[in-house]
Amino acid sequence: MAEWTIRLISIASYLILAPLAGGLIAGLDRKITARMQGRKGPSILQPFYDLEKLFSKETLIVNKTQYVYIVCFFVTMMLTGGLFFGGFDILMVFLTLTTAAMFFVFAGASTNSPVATMGAQRELAQMLAYEPMILIVAVGIYIATGSFKISEVIFSDMPAIVKLPGIFIGFVAVLTIKFRKSPFDLSTSHHAHQELVMGVSTDMSGKMLGLVELTHWYENIILYGVVALFFVYNSLICIPVTIVGLLAVFLLEIFIDNICARVKASVMIKYAWGVTIVAGGINILVLEYFI
Amino acid sequence: MELIGFLIFFPFIIALALAFVKNNVVRKAVTYISAVIVAGEAIAFAVNFLVSGKTVQYLYDTEVIDIIMLIGEIFMMIMIIVLSAKYKKLYVAALSVIQTAAIVWLEFSGYMKEYELHHIYADRLTVIMVLMIGVIGSMICIYAAGYMRDYHHHHKEFTDRRKFFFSMLFVFLGSMFGLVFSSNMIWIYFFWEITSVSSFLLIGYTRTEEAVNNSFRALWMNLLGGVGFAAAIIFSVIKLNIINLADLLTCESGTVIIPIMLLAFAGLTKSAQLPFSRWLMGAMVAPTPTSALLHSATMVKAGVYLLIRLAPGMRGTSAGMTVAIVGGFTFFVASIRAIIHSDGKKILAYSTVSNLGLITACAGVGTDETVWAGVFLMIFHSVSKSLLFQSVGAVENTIGSRDIEDMHGLIKRYPRLAIVITVGIAGMFLAPFGMLISKWAALKAFVDAHNAILVLLLAFGSATTMFYWTKWLLKILAWSEKTVKQKNMTSSGQWVSLIGHALIMVVLVFIYPLISKTFMQPMLNSLYGYEVNQVLQPTDMIIMAFMVIAIFVVPFVAYLISKHSKSVTTTAYMSGINRDNGRRFIDSFGQEKTTYLANWYLIDIFGPNKFLKPATLIAMAGLIIGMIITIGGAL
Repeated sequence: MAEWTIRLISIASYLILAPLAGGLIAGLDRKITARMQGRKGPSILQPFYDLEKLFSKETLIVNKTQYVYIVCFFVTMMLTGGLFFGGFDILMVFLTLTTAAMFFVFAGASTNSPVATMGAQRELAQMLAYEPMILIVAVGIYIATGSFKISEVIFSDMPAIVKLPGIFIGFVAVLTIKFRKSPFDLSTSHHAHQELVMGVSTDMSGKMLGLVELTHWYENIILYGVVALFFVYNSLICIPVTIVGLLAVFLLEIFIDNICARVKASVMIKYAWGVTIVAGGINILVLEYFI
Repeated sequence: MELIGFLIFFPFIIALALAFVKNNVVRKAVTYISAVIVAGEAIAFAVNFLVSGKTVQYLYDTEVIDIIMLIGEIFMMIMIIVLSAKYKKLYVAALSVIQTAAIVWLEFSGYMKEYELHHIYADRLTVIMVLMIGVIGSMICIYAAGYMRDYHHHHKEFTDRRKFFFSMLFVFLGSMFGLVFSSNMIWIYFFWEITSVSSFLLIGYTRTEEAVNNSFRALWMNLLGGVGFAAAIIFSVIKLNIINLADLLTCESGTVIIPIMLLAFAGLTKSAQLPFSRWLMGAMVAPTPTSALLHSATMVKAGVYLLIRLAPGMRGTSAGMTVAIVGGFTFFVASIRAIIHSDGKKILAYSTVSNLGLITACAGVGTDETVWAGVFLMIFHSVSKSLLFQSVGAVENTIGSRDIEDMHGLIKRYPRLAIVITVGIAGMFLAPFGMLISKWAALKAFVDAHNAILVLLLAFGSATTMFYWTKWLLKILAWSEKTVKQKNMTSSGQWVSLIGHALIMVVLVFIYPLISKTFMQPMLNSLYGYEVNQVLQPTDMIIMAFMVIAIFVVPFVAYLISKHSKSVTTTAYMSGINRDNGRRFIDSFGQEKTTYLANWYLIDIFGPNKFLKPATLIAMAGLIIGMIITIGGAL
């Protein structure tokens, strides 16, 4: 019973706190980006003001199904986060995450809009690029800790990153694609200098766009949770280490975002698969055959 | 156990009867009734088996049947010789003569002792196969009755040979039943040959040049597998004194791996693994029911069935390694090939090859977990793929094209067809449908088996699989408010089959934990001879329950939410002035343009023929090297 109480508390706190944390991360991101570009930048709370504004605006829809897919995207993402923070099977978490991402693609392509359809196709290409690495992360964590269950992984004897340095590098490398940050912000971008039309989210507005933004915050928390999974183990020392690790990844992603210009999809796929095979593949081969 | 005899012979008798029925109405009635009887008997057999719970084995003295089979084999050989002489493909005849001569020689050589063994054998794996063949196969026959009428209505250029067509469908069912019930390898081989020959005849149905060429390709590749099969039989009879397939698995001799490798080779050809996948691609020229039958419940499933039977014997051997790597490689390469095509049937065909690759890999690894995954993949794949082929066939008869680009907005134009296709596609790769769950189990099992190469192939192959299916779904689900619903011409017989499949699909999502517990675990226990671990853990079940809720409840709730939220309907952004509700627009030069939305096929990265040749060569080299190592190592 105690086990399930902890699970439920963890899930509930994810559902309540993730939007707050996600919004703050987005705010920090914008602030740091602005400073890197020599600007003052908005307040850290700006993403919350933006969200509030989106929810107060009139929603324009192109068709009836679009909204359904967005709500599915939102709910499935919460389900994914629930599975993750509830400590369930990490492979299942990733498979549900894929299903959630799929709904976002549907929402874009169902509009019949050329821009959104192209954005949806690009989003799909992004999934094609990062998906193998994501699965390999799950496999790597299983080999390193002996379990797919997150509730057991976090109590292993040593942090997973010790055995999985290659897989960690590979995951951080494809995380840029998952976050839709430059140079891999092909499907939609937050930077005005990258595109004027918003790619897959072109035909989403008002509440609908607000919901998409909120879902991305939920998603980002899951992804940072996966990063943390590489550091957490059965010791209190892991807490500062994990925080440092998360900060490093966070700053690195912003840095990459600011120094790169968007690349073509084929370059992205080749890059992501290359990293997956070299960093992830070799790591797995070494683990399976030599240790 | 008269039921078994009935299941094998009844389809043949119906086939014989149908060969003489000229009247279309009578043929349709006979087809319907016999299909229902076959399905009913298959279900009755399964229920009977479950109630008694006993493995069935009988028929010890079979001299008369053996002679009939011998005559049948010689008859098939003569037929192949005549046809290949007619179309000047004598190399095919040579393959047939070699194996038939070998088997006939074996029968009279004196090596064949009077084996006091059962010839008919049925365990849980057999029951699964029987249900698959009986239920899916009969629904395809029902579908075919409606489809073929439309087909000849649309294609006046082909001779109407429906008599022959329906007769062959039932021959196929009968031989598949025979194959899964037999335990004697010579019997299996006999039915194996019938499926090869009847698929050859079905592929060549239209008698166009392409059809003839493709049918001969299918025949020679399958006959090559047959040669392997015959060699395996001769080796095990002469060297090991074994005639029953099951005895190969308990044989202590080190050389037993040779017949296992040869049989696995036959399995690889039949299940269209690289380098032999071209025959299945060519099989698309045949009318849709043929494709549905070949790709789902029969033919290719015979190949993986044999591999799964051999799985315990392949575990941890070089033969198993060869089969697993060939399968994993095929899974990945075929899924890449599926990305670059827009022809619906081609995508389905590549996806069949790809999924069979995964099943093959599972069988090759041969642990209890992988066999669990492999059998489930087989079940789910046959339902999904049969549904997809039939719905694409129905779309083709309705809109005159099977190109997925032409299926744009199908959900508005033909909602019912779009829904069945969506169910089929979701079944192939989305959570919580079985394919994904089985893939998940397979991935775990590959890690446990320490096969890192398979893990990588599966990781990449899953991504590419997701890509080509989603791309298709995007086309179907594109929703323009102005598109109007059109009249659907699909016949009621086709609907019976389509809806039947879709229902089975959905029911399976709910009951497969039950199947796993009550059926698969005992099956694995008896295959491996010890208590195997539960593949599905209780927490996994909870997650599955969540998933099922997600996939069925979430869209419904989402629909309610979106319905009650205030919103204004507008037209999509076009980078210009919208005209005609978003289908046309005026560009910056003041000209009116029509939008055309096409999918992205990543031709610049994957296509069009970049991978095929090297992949085939690599697979061929791998297979040959693997076989040499296995056979050479054992001798």
